Amino acid sequence: MKYVRSGLSTLVLVVLVYFLDHPIGALPPLGQLLSPQHGFWQNAESKDHSYSEELTLPGLKGPVQVSFDDRLVPHVFAENDEDLYYVQGYLHAKFRLFQIDLQTRAAEGRASEFAGDKALRFDREQRRLGMRFAAENALNEIEKDPLSKQVFDAYTKGVNAYIDGLTQAELPLEYKLLGVKPDRWSNIRSALLLKMMARNLSSGTEIDLSLTNAKSVFLPDELSLLYPQVHDSLMPIVPKGTAFAEPGITPVRPITADSVFFGKSSKEPVLAEEKERPDPNNGSNNWVVAGSKTQSGAPILCNDPHLELSLPSIWYEMQLHGPNSNTYGVSLPGSPFVIIGFNDSIAWGVTNAQRDVKDYYRVRFRDESKSEYWFDGQWRKSKLRIEAIQVKGKPTFFDTVAYTLMGPVMFDASFGDSLSKGENLAVRWTGHDPSNEGLTFYQLNRAKNYDDYESAIRTFMCPGQNFVFASKSGDIAIWQQGKFPARWPDQGLYVMPGEDSTFFWQGYIPQTENPHAKNPERGFLESANQRAVDGTYPYFIPGRYITPRGITIENTLASMQQVTVQDMMDLHQNYFNTLAEDVRPMLLKYVNRNALNATERRYLEMFEQWDLMADPDSKGQTIYECWFDTLQAAIWRDDLEQVKPSAPWPEEQTTLEWLMRDSTDLKFIDNRLTPQRETLEELVTTTLQITTKVLSEYERQGRLSWSPFKESSVNHLLRDALPSFARKKLRVGGNGNIVNAITKSHGPSWRMLIHLTGETEAYGIYPGGQNGNPGSRFYDDYVDTWVSGKYNRLWLMKPEEFNKASWTVQIKPL
Amino acid sequence: MKFWISLFATALLSFVAGIYLPWWSIGIVAFLIAVVMPLRPWKNFIAGFLGVFLLWIGLTMWIDQANGGILTARMAIVLPVGGNVIYLHLLTALVGGLVGGLAALSGCYVRAVFSPEKN
Repeated sequence: MKYVRSGLSTLVLVVLVYFLDHPIGALPPLGQLLSPQHGFWQNAESKDHSYSEELTLPGLKGPVQVSFDDRLVPHVFAENDEDLYYVQGYLHAKFRLFQIDLQTRAAEGRASEFAGDKALRFDREQRRLGMRFAAENALNEIEKDPLSKQVFDAYTKGVNAYIDGLTQAELPLEYKLLGVKPDRWSNIRSALLLKMMARNLSSGTEIDLSLTNAKSVFLPDELSLLYPQVHDSLMPIVPKGTAFAEPGITPVRPITADSVFFGKSSKEPVLAEEKERPDPNNGSNNWVVAGSKTQSGAPILCNDPHLELSLPSIWYEMQLHGPNSNTYGVSLPGSPFVIIGFNDSIAWGVTNAQRDVKDYYRVRFRDESKSEYWFDGQWRKSKLRIEAIQVKGKPTFFDTVAYTLMGPVMFDASFGDSLSKGENLAVRWTGHDPSNEGLTFYQLNRAKNYDDYESAIRTFMCPGQNFVFASKSGDIAIWQQGKFPARWPDQGLYVMPGEDSTFFWQGYIPQTENPHAKNPERGFLESANQRAVDGTYPYFIPGRYITPRGITIENTLASMQQVTVQDMMDLHQNYFNTLAEDVRPMLLKYVNRNALNATERRYLEMFEQWDLMADPDSKGQTIYECWFDTLQAAIWRDDLEQVKPSAPWPEEQTTLEWLMRDSTDLKFIDNRLTPQRETLEELVTTTLQITTKVLSEYERQGRLSWSPFKESSVNHLLRDALPSFARKKLRVGGNGNIVNAITKSHGPSWRMLIHLTGETEAYGIYPGGQNGNPGSRFYDDYVDTWVSGKYNRLWLMKPEEFNKASWTVQIKPL
Repeated sequence: MKFWISLFATALLSFVAGIYLPWWSIGIVAFLIAVVMPLRPWKNFIAGFLGVFLLWIGLTMWIDQANGGILTARMAIVLPVGGNVIYLHLLTALVGGLVGGLAALSGCYVRAVFSPEKN
């Protein structure tokens, strides 16, 4: 009896502890998670927590001081560069460990290690796109350069110094919830992070696959109507009228190009589809106003990169003070350097170039082994790379990817649509090429004048960026910098034959011919993801350009004199809907008022009286978006649905310009699926009726105003899995085409304004907080400031101001 | 008296063990205390249960207070307590108490196996 009861009770105990110590299905190990001394309670940081401490860290060369201000921004003072980046790595890990671990695992195609097999499709796509291959090539380039290697090594040491000292109790909350452990850092992971940015910003700026499908249905002149290269209303980055030099390279159009693209046999659609397309809202604004146009006589530089808004934020604010540099701005956790910011002499910012730098080639393999492919009249060996994907709770998944002269064969019989009957597509992407983007930031952080800036950006290859610049000495400039293929017209718009080297990129646009402008007479420069140049630029440069924001910014800046900091803050917050300004008269012209009932007429009146501002309370903006969206669907859906699997939608700007140009061409207006012939008047009227019906329901719920209709959020990195870690239903207006470009989940991820007076006057804000820990008061403390359109004053701390810091960390070498 | 001593000893030593050892050290502590200080089995269970329960709920309330409720508000949605922060404290303490109680009960029974002449 005694034996039985003691055995039984001990057994129950052991089983209970076992289950509380291990994950059960999706549940985390509960005992570990709930223990007040080990679990999530340990992440509940005391509101008066002191960040001051004295640390001794291995691998450091000299003492480093970190002074935190009251917003938890670290001001790092080091005696040499290696220590500077070592401590940057340490701080990134301390405040953003889960973020950098998750993002670089995802970049590499290792999300399944955290998420299980639901992330397997994602991981395979990352690997088949060659993300690891791209990062390896970048790492080779980094390690070839002794300076870069030193910096990246030091950064890695810093991250690992933090990881190695972690206890279970100190583990970031997300690890406890997922029941996983952090992985140590290495230089390749920093390279992966930069490739993730390259992917997010340059991998979605082509629509080659769906455009190939579109040409299986539409004729060449229809294609150029639906997907034009240059918009009529474009205000390019390089001021109109600027003369371009004769091209240094003239690519030769293969004689077979027309028959390959538009011949009878070219009507075959591609069935493969990229599932994880980077969001087209990954846009940005930047602009700079010369001293000749400002009240103070000093230049003002502004930037707001639009990315997915997340908690923790993609940005981490800091000051890095080294022996030959003093830089302030935002860094990307996972990488050394300040990415967007200013120093004692200059300021810089970036927006996305939106250029197409990724093409697809159709590959013919000899057999299923994928080990040989037909190329220039002979069988050529491919390199087979076996990807091992570890899956949480499941056996490792193996995937074989063939590498050709064009790049990795992303889609083949083993991947992609089940209908794709052995369709092999290799992907050629500038992101695969060896490059060292970090070096650009190392040099920009230390640049003193225009020449330093110009030489710093020269090595930046992918993603193509518009680097805006201003110096205290009064220069302003902008360069669209990147490695861009020199294409013959139409090259790379569609999938190309991979059997023939004549369809390869024949070279690159010489760096000095990249679009740029310096000290223009008009006294300002701006970029907002529009096409950088007008039609006189001597190269064919397809891309996914966004036209309207550039128009608003250019018009606003052109009309201003005696510009102040407040004016520039107002421009950041500008809600003017440029596109609607042109769409509204068109809608009002065609709507048939006699066909409307009382509610529909009331909505029409609201729309008519709208002040064209997409502010949070605007009802006109909601009606506009719904109406124009419904109208576009009514015009295009029946036509685009002929294309299988799918065709790209024409851009709003395209639809508008087409309707303004030629509303008598009824071919696309008519709904192919009905016997009668629709007119624009009918479509405009019935879509208002549909809009009214839909929005009446919203109005009943009190959601007709733009902000409650749109419901913008800043989600946690794990999105829907942790809704209570997000900030939802934010009271903000804006949209992708508006300067204040806040959509449901994207928007200005960092608003920065630098006034380059003697003592730099700098402002910045991002919708997040410095501490990635959801149990800290610094997790989301900037969100409300950001929502209200206010800024933090950025403090370029001087050594004599150390006593004004809120917390101080003294770090000594071991 | 022995009951109260073992209850407080469980709480105190569990706390100390928790600083250095994994969370399940509460089980070892409660088990050993029951071996050293056997009571009637149900009394051992309650001493072990309450020892850990009170320690844990004391700790969680203290932590929550210092944190201003930032994290419990978020976690009460993540964990199945329907957004109720008080339930979050109780769930935590209950899990700890159950392990402490069962461990103490087992300790008491195991002790009885090795000392048959007593009781």
